[in-house]
Amino acid sequence: MQSPTVNESQTVHHEVEVQAHSPHGSHPDHRLFGLVLFLTAESMIFLGMFATLLIYRFVLPAWPPEGTPELELFLPGINTGILVASSFVMHRGQAAIKRNDVAGLQRWFAATAAMGAIFLAGQLYEYFHLEFGVTTNIFASIFYALTGFHGLHVTLGLIFIGFVLMRSRNRGHYTSEKHFGVEASELYWHFVDVVWVILFILVYLL
Amino acid sequence: MTATESPTSPAAVSGRDLGQSQRKWQDYFSFNTDHKVIGIQYLVTSFFFFFIGGALANVIRTELATPDPDFIQPELYNQIFTLHGTVMIFLWIIPAGAAFGNYLIPLMVGAEDMAFPRLNAVAFWMIPVGGTLLLSSFLVGAPQAGWTSYPPLSLTASQTGQMFWILSVLILGTSSILGSINFITTILKMRIPEMGIHDMPLFCWSMLAASVLILLATPVLAAGLILLSFDLLLGTNFFNPAGGGDPIIYQHIFWFYSHPAVYIMILPFFGVISEVLPVHSRKPIFGYRAIAYSSFAISFLGLIVWAHHMFTSGTPGWLRMFFMATTMIIAVPTGVKVFSWCATIWGGKIELNSSMLFGLGFISSFLIGGLTGVMVAAVPFDIHVHDTYFVVAHLHYVLFGGSVLGLFAGFYHWFPKITGRMFNEPLGRLHFALTFIGLNLAFMPMHELGMMGMNRRIALYDPQFQPLNVLSTIGSYIMAVSMVPL
Ligand code: HEM
Ligand SMILES: [Cu+2]
Repeated sequence: MQSPTVNESQTVHHEVEVQAHSPHGSHPDHRLFGLVLFLTAESMIFLGMFATLLIYRFVLPAWPPEGTPELELFLPGINTGILVASSFVMHRGQAAIKRNDVAGLQRWFAATAAMGAIFLAGQLYEYFHLEFGVTTNIFASIFYALTGFHGLHVTLGLIFIGFVLMRSRNRGHYTSEKHFGVEASELYWHFVDVVWVILFILVYLL
Repeated sequence: MTATESPTSPAAVSGRDLGQSQRKWQDYFSFNTDHKVIGIQYLVTSFFFFFIGGALANVIRTELATPDPDFIQPELYNQIFTLHGTVMIFLWIIPAGAAFGNYLIPLMVGAEDMAFPRLNAVAFWMIPVGGTLLLSSFLVGAPQAGWTSYPPLSLTASQTGQMFWILSVLILGTSSILGSINFITTILKMRIPEMGIHDMPLFCWSMLAASVLILLATPVLAAGLILLSFDLLLGTNFFNPAGGGDPIIYQHIFWFYSHPAVYIMILPFFGVISEVLPVHSRKPIFGYRAIAYSSFAISFLGLIVWAHHMFTSGTPGWLRMFFMATTMIIAVPTGVKVFSWCATIWGGKIELNSSMLFGLGFISSFLIGGLTGVMVAAVPFDIHVHDTYFVVAHLHYVLFGGSVLGLFAGFYHWFPKITGRMFNEPLGRLHFALTFIGLNLAFMPMHELGMMGMNRRIALYDPQFQPLNVLSTIGSYIMAVSMVPL
């Protein structure tokens, strides 16, 4: 479905879209709306887990339970900063493609991906240096479940960005008019980011 | 919508708008993205699982014909009622609702297809995968903890099978979330411009309300099941009391999904009934807006009543009061619908064909289920009948008497349109008569049994309960026979 000349690649791509969305391509593109619905569902998964955390927090006499080793705040704090910053970096990528600047898109998206990768590496580093394991106590379990599930989402986001970067190498694939992949991956990344901020507050700070 | 037909559109060439007769049978076994094909795939698949679930039900009833566990071992009995419930809910009623949605919604709103046809096909194909996985758990020792899978039982009995169950429900849940994204987008965004939201058929309203519930509630179940699988696989103690976990939290999470799930299962068929009744009584629907809005009232209230399943779980008094009140309030929008349907058929030229018979059967049995619902919503009463056959009677009157009869009403109503053939009307009526008699014979005595104190989910019971159980078993055989004319 990719092809060397701008013209052809557009028509071919158009055809794929037409098949995917409407036989006549006559209605507007609803994929972003669909993604928003999907992210609503995703938020409810996180909400379920956060609720579990909060219930335990309020039901148990001490939180974290007696004897839980203190969480180191320094590294996760930096990590949080990086992830939050990456959202802004990524947004510049979208701004670039709105100006039809594919190189700019690639630069900013690559930077976002790098920051996401650093975040994941930091997360793994933290895992290996923690003094508790998954089964140590309920706090530890929920800590790993939440950060792990979130990490999975970061990973998916990275794959998503990688996908956009790959596609952007086909000339004319993304233009100022047509860049659903860019918008979608950015929306997804912001979502992952916001979830992390809530997670950070609930798990690390409170 | 045909005016914009362009001859070069790839879809038109691939046969989208050709008649049924020109569609090849292979289409139904392939990754086809046409909403009509997918609708039929859903319907056929769910009927397949309906027969499996029905067979399991008849094994249960056969076992219960006598007080002793003589037909099957108690362990197998547990496995069978667990799979019966899971199959009927996740593989029969929910996909059957999606079948109608897929076939009808694009036609009703004037769209060429669903908003995301490929996603739609993905959602469908997850059903056979999840279903196969679930049934294959028989090979490793099927789960025994019921469709609710409460810990600690779900953590101790048939662990491998339980893992199969979790995975399969996660797959089926994902399928239903993806389906709901499609329904919501199609209904909200793809109506022909002339059709305002108040012009769309009531079936669309009810599917919209059900899809919103799916979108908001199903993921929460996923969260609970993911944590439950951690308990199973990694030995964490989220819900395992042996390690300090709290099984009540699982119950909250589970019912936060599963109460809405009962509305996910009934709302599509509320919609079907609202389409079927006016046609066969030759009168316009009474109270269009009342029916439309009450669906949303039900969705909203449905999200805040879940703990009525947990009145005996040591819930504090204020919580019980709150959930008792909200639960009783939910009977109001439900009642609004029932009154509107009655007003619709009132004084109409009623044609007692198969579809209408099922429609009327729906109203009467659903009414009984709704009334017992209000009874169990009352804490003092529920404490006596919780986990008895009274609850089993309630849920079968709403799910079988409601959803399934509604489903058949829609099935006979749209069968000629879908297949281009007429069904045999006398056979359809025979089907209804047998189903209706069997249903009442099977489930009516359960009310009495529950009040007498017979516990659900147990293969062995006190001999004094036998006569009513025999009646119930006969009813279930009649229902099995009723499938023959179908
Ligand atoms: C008037 C509306 C309704 C009310 C007030 C109501 C109330 C209740 C209550 C309080 C229970 C818990 C009983 C117990 O476990 O002790 C219950 C159980 C149940 N209800 Fe309803 N209900 C209503 C309608 C429905 C509908 C429409 C459906 C499905 C289509 C449904 C399906 C179920 C099921 C499946 C259970 C049993 C779950 C289980 O424990 O396995 N109910 N209902
Ligand atoms: Cu309920």
